[in-house]
Amino acid sequence: MTEKIMEGSIAVAHAVARCSPDVVAAFPITPSTHIPQELSRIQPEYGFEFVPVEAEFSAISAVFGASAAGGRAFTATSSQGLLLMHEVLFAASGTRLPMVMVVANRAISAPLSIWNDWQDSISQRDAGWIQLYCKNSQETVDATIQAFKITEEARIPVMVCFDGFYLTHEISPIDVPEKKEIDAYAPKGKRDSLDVGDPKSFGCYATPAYYQDMKKEQDDALFASAGIIEKHAGKFAEKFGRPQFAFIEEYKNDKDAAIISMGSLAEEAELVADEGLAGVVRVKCFRPFPRDALKKALQGKKRVVILEKDVSFGFGGALATEVKSLLFEAGLAPEVTSIICGLGGKDVSVKNIKEALQEKGSAWM
Amino acid sequence: MQNYVKPKCTNKTGSWRSQKPVVNKEKCIGCGTCERSCPDMAVKVVDGKAVVDYDYCKGCGICANECPVKCIQMKPEKE
Amino acid sequence: MTELFLKGHRACAGCGSVLALRYVLEALGKDVIVVNATGCMEIISSQYPESNWGVPYVHCLFENTASVATGVSRALKHLDKEGTVVVIGGDGASYDIGFGAVSGAMERNEDILYVCYDNEAYANTGLQRSGATPFGSATTTTPSEMGGKGEWKKNLTFIAAAHAVPYAAAASVAFLPDLQAKLKKAKQKKGFRLVNVHAPCTVGWKINPVKAVEVARKAVECGLWNLFEIDDGKFKLSRPVGEAPVAEYLKMQGRFKHLTPKQVETIEEHARSVKPELEKLEKANVNFQRFL
Repeated sequence: MTEKIMEGSIAVAHAVARCSPDVVAAFPITPSTHIPQELSRIQPEYGFEFVPVEAEFSAISAVFGASAAGGRAFTATSSQGLLLMHEVLFAASGTRLPMVMVVANRAISAPLSIWNDWQDSISQRDAGWIQLYCKNSQETVDATIQAFKITEEARIPVMVCFDGFYLTHEISPIDVPEKKEIDAYAPKGKRDSLDVGDPKSFGCYATPAYYQDMKKEQDDALFASAGIIEKHAGKFAEKFGRPQFAFIEEYKNDKDAAIISMGSLAEEAELVADEGLAGVVRVKCFRPFPRDALKKALQGKKRVVILEKDVSFGFGGALATEVKSLLFEAGLAPEVTSIICGLGGKDVSVKNIKEALQEKGSAWM
Repeated sequence: MQNYVKPKCTNKTGSWRSQKPVVNKEKCIGCGTCERSCPDMAVKVVDGKAVVDYDYCKGCGICANECPVKCIQMKPEKE
Repeated sequence: MTELFLKGHRACAGCGSVLALRYVLEALGKDVIVVNATGCMEIISSQYPESNWGVPYVHCLFENTASVATGVSRALKHLDKEGTVVVIGGDGASYDIGFGAVSGAMERNEDILYVCYDNEAYANTGLQRSGATPFGSATTTTPSEMGGKGEWKKNLTFIAAAHAVPYAAAASVAFLPDLQAKLKKAKQKKGFRLVNVHAPCTVGWKINPVKAVEVARKAVECGLWNLFEIDDGKFKLSRPVGEAPVAEYLKMQGRFKHLTPKQVETIEEHARSVKPELEKLEKANVNFQRFL
């Protein structure tokens, strides 16, 4: 294991290249741009097909096509770009094609904002993709490598999310495993694909007699992918020698109060936990939603404070909504505070998090 | 469930017809114009004469219209 | 011969587009990978759990076919797999909603053979006007009460030429040997090739199905659709530009029934102007791949 001082996006790009993709297609959008740029720079060394497409929906469509042809395919985007891909996300998950996308979380227009929040990926949570939220660049690199294994076994597209600017542009010591190690961890297998020797039709239209059953099967598969996610996290930890969190991470979660959050915000909350004020339960795998792991982690809590950088307008925070529903299912009734914060890159300091612990009900901070 | 299907079609579109092509075998010169012009691949030249596959023919009448010797007549299906 | 396109598809009786499709597959053979846009050809052939495609096939969405094909083509290259990537999209998918993707693929000179079946409307959704709908044509969004479409038809074949692609051709279902020759030629080339096929829609053009091929012939004979190639940048007519009066073509179709004598005159003038212009272009020996 060799750590180098690297920018988060650059590390992710190198990790992707070492996963031997066949096709990388991308369109630039701040703050994910350094990923495709770096990939185009190192492409001659690795030999993958790099396609600088004319729009994000073309990027994900090219990835779709490459996957249908049996290739390992990747793209990266943020915000507006992810939204432009919205239609294709559903087509990809519905056609059960493996692919990996890294999302550098950024706020959505209007008004225009290039700064970090989770609205972009959270608003895609219904699209049937596996969604992983990473707390730091190292975890993002690790999750991206695991994503290629997960997607190819589960036949579900995987979205790896990390905070725009906070993580994409953060320079820190990161270990990107060597290509030959990754080749051993994530070799490519054969799968059903477009092949002139054996004609197959991908992407049909389904009448009412069939459609719902196909959707149920898709939903069942997404739930079942939890096992696959856990398995590959375990194998990664074993091979590369650092712990991986498949679903959630608990940090000093032995208090009456727990802060629930995701991404780099959850890592920041650890500083509050260090002061003994509350534990942190970080959601790493948002889809499939980690019901069992969360139920266990929230047993006996008297107080739960959810911090999130997104809002479902006219209702509340998405994470809070899902946690509350989970608590109800589990018959747990702590006092719940739902905090919406950090939208459009608004700073959330340790002081803010401590103030949040005093809030009641729902609040914007 | 697989994410693909193999080629297969059991849909016999002959039931769509309200008129059907009838070939006058004596006049037919086996040029193949009808075979080439059929959107449904429902007419073929076999042993020098046009033969209609009534399981699939939708009765569009293009073959009758294009035939250079006008040996195909469109007749009501019920006849 | 293994069936490349199975019988029993659900196209309308007399469909010009599926006839074009038949020719496309027969000319190109079995080592193709079809990438199909949402639209008539996709709907009539891919109803689960069956498929009429005897060749490898993928359908994704409506507007992204050229991009999906880009991905397929690049993956085949990297994986060293066989197959010509053939896109099949209607005028809606190619001229309009998918235009950005088509332009991007053309500009990058992706190795794909793009076949557009131009039936001059959004047929599958009920015959609404498209960028390919000709002047005066009644559609469900440019009804006869409105006088039909007020704008002229977009020219995708020349748009391809303006991207300096290696090959762009206009063909018709009524001129089969020409269509097949163009497809075979396109197959031999590399990079972005377009074959734009004029294909009558019996329902949309409001014609008796028996006339489906005949009406396509009349379109070429009166100069409203022309057969040509822009091969390695050079323009070449495939036959002399038609000079028959447009009235013969227009009166075959219910979608032009409402035209005023003035409108017919406008169309006639337009058709008559095409011949000298295209002849000038051919004579000038312009090379689209040079000056752009």
